[in-house]
Amino acid sequence: MTFFQPQASRKAATKAVVEEPSLQPWVEKYRPKTIDDVASQEHTVAVLRRTLTSTNLPHMLFYGPPGTGKTSTILALARQLFGPDNFRSRVLELNASDERGISIVRDKIKNFARQTPRAQTKASDGKTYPCPPYKIIILDEADSMTQDAQAALRRIMETYARITRFCLVCNYVTRIIDPLASRCSKFRFKPLDSESTASRLAHVAQEENVPVSDQVISALISTSQGDLRRSITYLQSASRLSHSTDPPVPITPADIQEIAGVVPDPVINSFATSLGVEVADDSMDVDGGVKAKNFDEVRKKVKGLMREGYSATQILTQLHDLVIEHPTLAAHKKAQCALVFAEADKALCDGADEELWILETALRVYKAAS
Amino acid sequence: MSLWVDFYRPKQLDGLHYHHDLSKRLRSLASSDDFPHMLFYGPSGAGKKTRIACVLRELFGKGTEKLKIDQRVFLTPSKRKLDINVVQSNYHIEITPSEAGSYDRTIIQDLLKEIAQTQQVDLSAKHRFKVVVINEADTLSRDAQAALRRTMEKYMSNMRIILCANSTSKLIAPIKSRCLLVRVAAPTTEEIVEVMKHVAKQERFGLEDEAAKEIAEDSNGNLRKALLVFEALRMQSPDLSGPLTIAKPDWETYCHKVADMIVQEQSPGRVMEVRSKLYELLSHCIPPTVILKTIAERVVDRVDESLKADIMHWAAVYELRMRVGNKKIFHLEAWVVKVMSLYKHFFYGIDMDGFD
Ligand SMILES: Nc1ncnc2c1ncn2[C@@H]1O[C@H](COP(=O)(O)OP(=O)(O)OP(=O)(O)O)[C@@H](O)[C@H]1O
Ligand SMILES: [Mg+2]
Repeated sequence: MTFFQPQASRKAATKAVVEEPSLQPWVEKYRPKTIDDVASQEHTVAVLRRTLTSTNLPHMLFYGPPGTGKTSTILALARQLFGPDNFRSRVLELNASDERGISIVRDKIKNFARQTPRAQTKASDGKTYPCPPYKIIILDEADSMTQDAQAALRRIMETYARITRFCLVCNYVTRIIDPLASRCSKFRFKPLDSESTASRLAHVAQEENVPVSDQVISALISTSQGDLRRSITYLQSASRLSHSTDPPVPITPADIQEIAGVVPDPVINSFATSLGVEVADDSMDVDGGVKAKNFDEVRKKVKGLMREGYSATQILTQLHDLVIEHPTLAAHKKAQCALVFAEADKALCDGADEELWILETALRVYKAAS
Repeated sequence: MSLWVDFYRPKQLDGLHYHHDLSKRLRSLASSDDFPHMLFYGPSGAGKKTRIACVLRELFGKGTEKLKIDQRVFLTPSKRKLDINVVQSNYHIEITPSEAGSYDRTIIQDLLKEIAQTQQVDLSAKHRFKVVVINEADTLSRDAQAALRRTMEKYMSNMRIILCANSTSKLIAPIKSRCLLVRVAAPTTEEIVEVMKHVAKQERFGLEDEAAKEIAEDSNGNLRKALLVFEALRMQSPDLSGPLTIAKPDWETYCHKVADMIVQEQSPGRVMEVRSKLYELLSHCIPPTVILKTIAERVVDRVDESLKADIMHWAAVYELRMRVGNKKIFHLEAWVVKVMSLYKHFFYGIDMDGFD
């Protein structure tokens, strides 16, 4: 293939290329280097810190929503345990992009697991690392492994426990088969709380020299819902944007919402109002402030929304919040709406047509509210 | 001679006719090396691909227009061979993994790793990363999406991914968390008119506002469709005068006929007739969802207000069952029967027990 020249050796290529930090996306640049950099997961960090000195480590299972520091934590821990020089011989990282079928478990993972840990090479950076006498196998995104492959791991985990520790990382702990999960100490990674997110974002903003207001920070927090990776990506994009003009314009909460794909308030408010769920909002577009008179008007409104390209799940979430938290709508009406929100969410997850289900939701909210 | 849609496709961000703010934003993103992974989403015909091509050009210059189509062979874990088309330039590669059906994960795994581990051929390239464009990303299987996750982080230093999708609902949260989301809304009627005027000017003929507006409105925000219709009409009558008859595609007319049949008569015999028409449509590869939606839209236009919501409700329900289930025709038929019984009940008050 002429497209790209293969590099001299595979090994050289897989070695993390050290990139100039200024060119790195911030999520990578500010990935925690040590477990103490990990924000918000105090309990996990406290337990892991002890393992640094005791040189004892159980099998572990990390689980929690995206962008909460799971991968970062285990990589940082492994690096602190072994240092850069022994990392390669002591740590095997496999993730969902690697073939991890049952045959790989039997060959590659087993082979690595049974090797006696190689003697510690002297750290070239002059620091001393604990370098305990075992290896670590990190199975990142383990929830995408098949049940069979997971079952094949059981024996390996037990047989070689003395020289090999496993760390399974996943979003959904229920996708890990019980016999595996019960062999591990479990660590739950919580969605980041507002304060930790705020202070982490403030730290990044300060390092990067971007002025951010408190409103922007709270917009970032509310749009990213505890996913720090997402909020850092948003912040970086917003700052690129603000620097594209000369002089730079300050970042506004509206910028963040646009970047995050949130349906703007006036749009969603006008949609709700047309369904008979009244929302007071001066900024609504002119034809927005009235309730739809019939089926055709509701349909027109829905088609308009779909043309704007908003994601159906996003519309659903925002409409849900509006209706359920509505100050005056009667409780039994809210209950009826809640039913359709739940049905629509399930339908969308099953891959149903978005327009049909937003229309269905709209029509039933319309009916309930009238 | 290429079609107008292709010939007048803007090649640079500056040349894009609408969403100027977005173009500006994309330009500023492309100007720097910390370009993120991106996810473009929006309705079809809104110009996502054109915009992506413009971004690539902004990133690397003219070289991204020199495209080459290759066929690549992949080996599935079960040793089956898969032929996949890839479109590539020196700087980027474009794939549609959904071509491989449930083997899309193999393609993602193999191709992305291969690309991630190679370097730019062009040493003077403006960026050291290469771009992988993944079309129809919302049809990627869960496994394929999972395979993207760590790859997107690990190889970020020499690869960026641009996903293109109609909607973000079917993408798993960890993928969305790794991308910058870019919404591309459909152009408004006025914006479509503006594009058509631009084309007319280049082709050196005058375009009446009336005609332009009619075509634009008919296209429902699908610019591609508008331009295709526009060119077809111009071939028929060069000055686009007189009442325009915008030809509907055959399958659409056919669907409308089916809808009319449903409204005209509700009987077992009619169900059989409709059934054979549905088979006909399916055998011409019209997606079942499109069939259902087109027929439903037409039916609700011809029935009493009090029935409309119900008909759409059942359309939503049966469309979902169709996705989860296996036999498309069963669910299409079931919906037809449902609509007929609703209709009959409405007119004659027939007892409907046993149909719910
Ligand atoms: N607790 C945290 N403390 C500091 N930074 C964090 C934390 N969580 C996430 N981040 C930031 O988000 C990025 C992604 O985090 P990480 O890869 O650890 O997420 P993850 O939990 O593995 O997510 P996924 O489930 O999607 O794989 C990191 O590079 C870092 O910048
Ligand atoms: Mg991770």
